Amino acid sequence: MNATTTQQTTPATTTIPSDPPVKMECRDLSVFYAEKQALNGVDLDIREKQVTALIGPSGCGKSTFLRCLNRMNDTVDIARVEGKVLLDGRDIYDPDVDVVELRADVGMVFQKPNPFPKSIYENVAYGPRIHGLARGKDEMDAIVEKSLKRAGLWKEVSDRLAEPGTGLSGGQQQRLCIARAIAVSPAVILMDEPCSALDPIATAIVEELIDELRQRYTIVIVTHSMQQAARVSQETAFFHLGNIVETGITDDIFTNPKDPRTESYISGRIG
Amino acid sequence: MTDPAPNPAIAVGAATDDRAARSTRTRKRFAAERRFRFYGLAAVLTAFGFLILLLSTVIGNAIPAFTYNYAQLPVELTNEKLTPENAAEFDFRKTVHAAQLSLFPDISDRAGRRLVRGIFSSGTPIVVRGEVAANTDWIGTRQIIPVPVSDDADLYLKGLVDTDLPESQRNISDAEIALVDQLVERGLIERQFNTIFFTNGASREPEMAGIMGALIGSLLTLSITLLLSAPIGVLAAIYLEEFAPKNRLTDFIEVNINNLAAVPSIVFGLLGLAVFLNFMEFPRSAPLVGGMVLALMTLPTVIIASRAALRAVPPSIREAALGIGASRIQTVFHHVLPLAMPGILTGTIIGMAGALGETAPLLMIGMVAFVVDLPAAVTDPATVLPVQIYMWADFPEIGFQQKTAAAIVILLLFLIAMNAIAVWLRSRFERRW
Repeated sequence: MNATTTQQTTPATTTIPSDPPVKMECRDLSVFYAEKQALNGVDLDIREKQVTALIGPSGCGKSTFLRCLNRMNDTVDIARVEGKVLLDGRDIYDPDVDVVELRADVGMVFQKPNPFPKSIYENVAYGPRIHGLARGKDEMDAIVEKSLKRAGLWKEVSDRLAEPGTGLSGGQQQRLCIARAIAVSPAVILMDEPCSALDPIATAIVEELIDELRQRYTIVIVTHSMQQAARVSQETAFFHLGNIVETGITDDIFTNPKDPRTESYISGRIG
Repeated sequence: MTDPAPNPAIAVGAATDDRAARSTRTRKRFAAERRFRFYGLAAVLTAFGFLILLLSTVIGNAIPAFTYNYAQLPVELTNEKLTPENAAEFDFRKTVHAAQLSLFPDISDRAGRRLVRGIFSSGTPIVVRGEVAANTDWIGTRQIIPVPVSDDADLYLKGLVDTDLPESQRNISDAEIALVDQLVERGLIERQFNTIFFTNGASREPEMAGIMGALIGSLLTLSITLLLSAPIGVLAAIYLEEFAPKNRLTDFIEVNINNLAAVPSIVFGLLGLAVFLNFMEFPRSAPLVGGMVLALMTLPTVIIASRAALRAVPPSIREAALGIGASRIQTVFHHVLPLAMPGILTGTIIGMAGALGETAPLLMIGMVAFVVDLPAAVTDPATVLPVQIYMWADFPEIGFQQKTAAAIVILLLFLIAMNAIAVWLRSRFERRW
């Protein structure tokens, strides 16, 4: 099933460079919450500097899958993960992998904007500080500025960095969370429905931002909005009842779904 | 889909009835709301009334104890054995008695002399010694020293003795009253702020008994309690809430913590007696042991309150920190704990307030001792405010009744101060998210 992304001949309208290398590989990944199985041995390749969208109806396991990619499921007591997730060829579930290092490499942006109740500056500087990425205040200032610029927030907040991050608008808070995630220079950014709590204008801004971030980062985004998946992603995986039904180039999936379930979902008959 | 009017025909036909029924319903609803508002208000006012009653009784009884009547005693400090060096140990009894008699030159018989001594506090020599030791340049001169009158004379002067009662039913005789009245006429009696009450330790004489010993004892005991229960309680709460796996063992621990919070406090006193005194052989009546017992008693409260505060921190904050690669320890100490701090502090101070008012467990470990000296260390014998109140309430002298009320006022002020600190800390640490 994971061979569907190999067609170089597809006349893709999006700007896919010819067959980008695989950044993360998931093999036979299963997740159990106590007795209940939420993911049934899925396989998925996530390609470098691409936006991979995970779509599917509620409860299909796409968020669960996303949280496997940086081991956020470790924090859930009853969750049990089986199978392999390779990041640059290395299994992140290997016992000698430090989960703290992993999460610095694979950052995460959550559904609801969750800035720390601290200043805007502190929100961005916290990650670099605990990972020791900056020597001295000047370097830290530079990291904060660079991260806020990449998150497209610098112009709006550069004159009020000392104000609380919780005082920003919803869309600004979400971009602050993105800035916070990229401040620790991750390779992969996971986004769990990052726009579901935002209004359409803020959503458009974040979507544009995602498109820009693709130049530097590999992005995996869970979304409920098919339009959003179509707009921001290059590849799409359709989840249904804990399985990946179909993966492929986003345009293919949306214009020419192979599986009838994918077609039903896209056309709004299930979900 | 709900259906407000399934059949339009019926709805139209029933319109007038409907309107009448609806207005009846509305009226009933309004009446019910008014009634409940009235009940609620009545309940609040009743509670408030009881509070006012309680406070006014206690404060009304306590006010006389905050002042005391002093007699201006002309003391001849001319005894040749009295030197600046021995002033602090000198026996002033003879000097004081002579001075007391000098106020009444026409009394010379034994019974009269005893009568004169009786209107002054039996602690007068001690008061005089304290004054002289503090002013050694007085030696060899004649000084007017204000000394406390006896507790019965004080009550009489404050108008708290019913002179219409037959002489046999009161503690102060007509002859004594005559002497006191004579002093008042000569302008030798002055009502002053009762410094003895605020500076002395325990005493059998009401006029010499003070709250200071118990106050220091309470402070020392509470410091020990705070030092033990706050760190242990908060760390236990953090472990149970943030790190412990959810299994049978932690469930069992949780149930037991909740049960311990409901254990009668005297049981903790028995535990302290058996473990701290008999087994570990710590000193009896000491704030150290009292503080340890109260810490055991307060721990469940602190743990439960701290866990509730930690649980109230939104999980999104934990996810945010973990998501950028903070370790669990960093997540807890950088983000969760600061946000939970106001709740933890409130819980801790509520626990401390409970410990401050606790009497029963301290009786078991001997903190009911009669301690005259002010405690200076946590291993010195001491008593605490509520135990002092309990002891004074038990003494037969009428003068102690006011002391009891005054001590209750001090205890309440202590409590109010602690709560004020809690409110202040809360507002200081409070952050929105």
